[in-house]
Amino acid sequence: MKYSVDENGFYGKFGGAYVPEMLYPNVEELRQNYLKIMQEPDFQEELQGLLKDYVGRPTPLYYAKRLSEKYHTKIYLKREDLNHTGAHKINNTMGQILLAKRLGKKRIIAETGAGQHGVATATVCALMGLECIVYMGEVDIERQAPNVARMKMLGATVVPATSGSRTLKDATNEAIRDWINNPEDTYYIIGSVVGPHPYPDMVARFQAVISEEMMTQLQEKEGRDYPDYVVACVGGGSNAAGAFYHYLDRSEVKLVAVEAAGLGVDSGESAATSVLGKEGIIHGSRTLLMQTEDGQVTEPYSISAGLDYPGVGPLHAHLHQSKRAVFESITDEEALQAVLELTRLEGIIPALESAHALAALGRIGAKPEDVVVVNLSGRGDKDLTTYLNRFHFDGE
Amino acid sequence: MENRIKRLFAEKQGGLLSVYFTAGYPNLNDTVPIILELEKNGVDLIEVGMPFSDPLADGPTIQQSSEIAIRNGMTIPMLFEQLQDIRQHTQIPLVLMGYLNPVMQYGVERFCQKCREVGIDGIILPDLPLADYVREYKHIFEEHNLSKVFLITPQTPEQRIREIDTHTNGFVYMVSSASTTGSTNGKAVANTDYFQRVGKMELRNPAMIGFGIHNNDTFSQACQHAKGAIIGSAFIKAVAQEGSLQENIHSFIQSIRTTA
Ligand SMILES: Cc1ncc(COP(=O)(O)O)c(C=O)c1O
Repeated sequence: MKYSVDENGFYGKFGGAYVPEMLYPNVEELRQNYLKIMQEPDFQEELQGLLKDYVGRPTPLYYAKRLSEKYHTKIYLKREDLNHTGAHKINNTMGQILLAKRLGKKRIIAETGAGQHGVATATVCALMGLECIVYMGEVDIERQAPNVARMKMLGATVVPATSGSRTLKDATNEAIRDWINNPEDTYYIIGSVVGPHPYPDMVARFQAVISEEMMTQLQEKEGRDYPDYVVACVGGGSNAAGAFYHYLDRSEVKLVAVEAAGLGVDSGESAATSVLGKEGIIHGSRTLLMQTEDGQVTEPYSISAGLDYPGVGPLHAHLHQSKRAVFESITDEEALQAVLELTRLEGIIPALESAHALAALGRIGAKPEDVVVVNLSGRGDKDLTTYLNRFHFDGE
Repeated sequence: MENRIKRLFAEKQGGLLSVYFTAGYPNLNDTVPIILELEKNGVDLIEVGMPFSDPLADGPTIQQSSEIAIRNGMTIPMLFEQLQDIRQHTQIPLVLMGYLNPVMQYGVERFCQKCREVGIDGIILPDLPLADYVREYKHIFEEHNLSKVFLITPQTPEQRIREIDTHTNGFVYMVSSASTTGSTNGKAVANTDYFQRVGKMELRNPAMIGFGIHNNDTFSQACQHAKGAIIGSAFIKAVAQEGSLQENIHSFIQSIRTTA
């Protein structure tokens, strides 16, 4: 497999584990155990059972007729928004919590941007009866209030990250610092395909269920197990990694990764890492990273808290550099239009993150006979305040 | 020229005081004055922090000093410029400490060359993995006569401590307890089992204890288990107080060196 991680934790030249010695034993423990545990039959049985009966998998692959007519191609939506808790994030948290339990950990920490990963972590912690602490940037606490309330209701402690840009990057810093201070009883559930090896590979494997189901579903609906395009948004890149996973080595499938342009890639207020980033180290991984000439990490911007991150997972850095995936960037405004479009054409209110993927549909150059799958990573409930403020519906 | 860190440990038996501060804090041009004041007050070794926007291993004090230093305009080229003539004024051992990303952007080889040029003796990059160092960079550091100091923690397995000791020259940085910098939770010198365990290993390199050392009490206790101790956050808090750098530094170092 050309695009899978090598034994040192690298995808091409990206990846690795650039962590201070304080984290070495934790990361090493995980590295030595994750594949072994994931391959145990009782682990798989427990995970598959929970994904089916608790999370609600498989998620539908829905043929979006009116959207297809609009874009003159065949569009399917992979409905990750229909998972319990409303996004793909729980595919990963369910896997990692079972791993944490098998490693004997008692205390769970996580970072969150949009709050979807925080909610998904708080949910599995409630389910397993484990203590849960979620770090979240102050800015995100404000713009994703419903998810903060859900986490608290689920019994999690939400700790505001008050440094830097007070968004996802800073929440991740705080979670890593917590782990340094609590190396023995604590397990860190990272929410995307970022961080030191083995996290990017582990999270991608837990999210790979998305493309695994797509293969069966496309076989049923289209008589072939692959589409011509897979389109997904990229913050850290976990939903995209999951949607791409089983197609990485199949060159007949075009992979489209969609980043947040914020106010525009040249505006200085953007999170389009593949355009604006240079090779560097962030959160323990060598990857593409938005930074100054002096190597200071730049504060990103996007209306979407889940995409407001100055880096991208090392797999995606590799897909970008090797040109295996096409990268697009979508502005706040374009994403908002895509929200309204999907809502009115299909009766589905998408998350702001997922709307970035939808907004790229007009750009990919799909032909009428092509099959396009958009990974609809989450639902828009958490973003309703933003939508209402923006769209001013009658009577507002 | 002989490495000043090696000479220091050869000459002094114990009780060594090393101070860490963030370059460019509280003011951009305080770097050299702080170094000279520290030397005047009998500090043995100085770690000059290169500020980074996302200091993962640091607590609030160093996070804030780094943020302000960056805002003040501190960069690696600026630091080298400030240190250009430092060896005309002092022979105290100087170590640069920071995170890998800014050094990578500057270029590791160019960085090492420049360090040698201005008279730096050692480097600490906590997020540069040992394996990467050995594979890619060790020969460059050695070529420029730079000590590369690695950290160990209470959780570092014995075999890895041996490996680190093999590739370190200068000293081994014993992180006192599982924590980020600046914690004063009292755990800093509590872990005597760990200090003794490492002591019994009879490493090639001398050890210095750091993280959470903040007063005479914790300093003296740390010195019982190692060649000396490193103070960072407590010093940074002290220099930021009202009053002149001279006075703040003098009274802080006094307070560390004298029993309360
Ligand atoms: C619905 C949704 N989609 C996408 C993302 C972005 O994360 P990733 O790139 O890891 O899929 C998030 C993150 O919060 C999210 O909530």
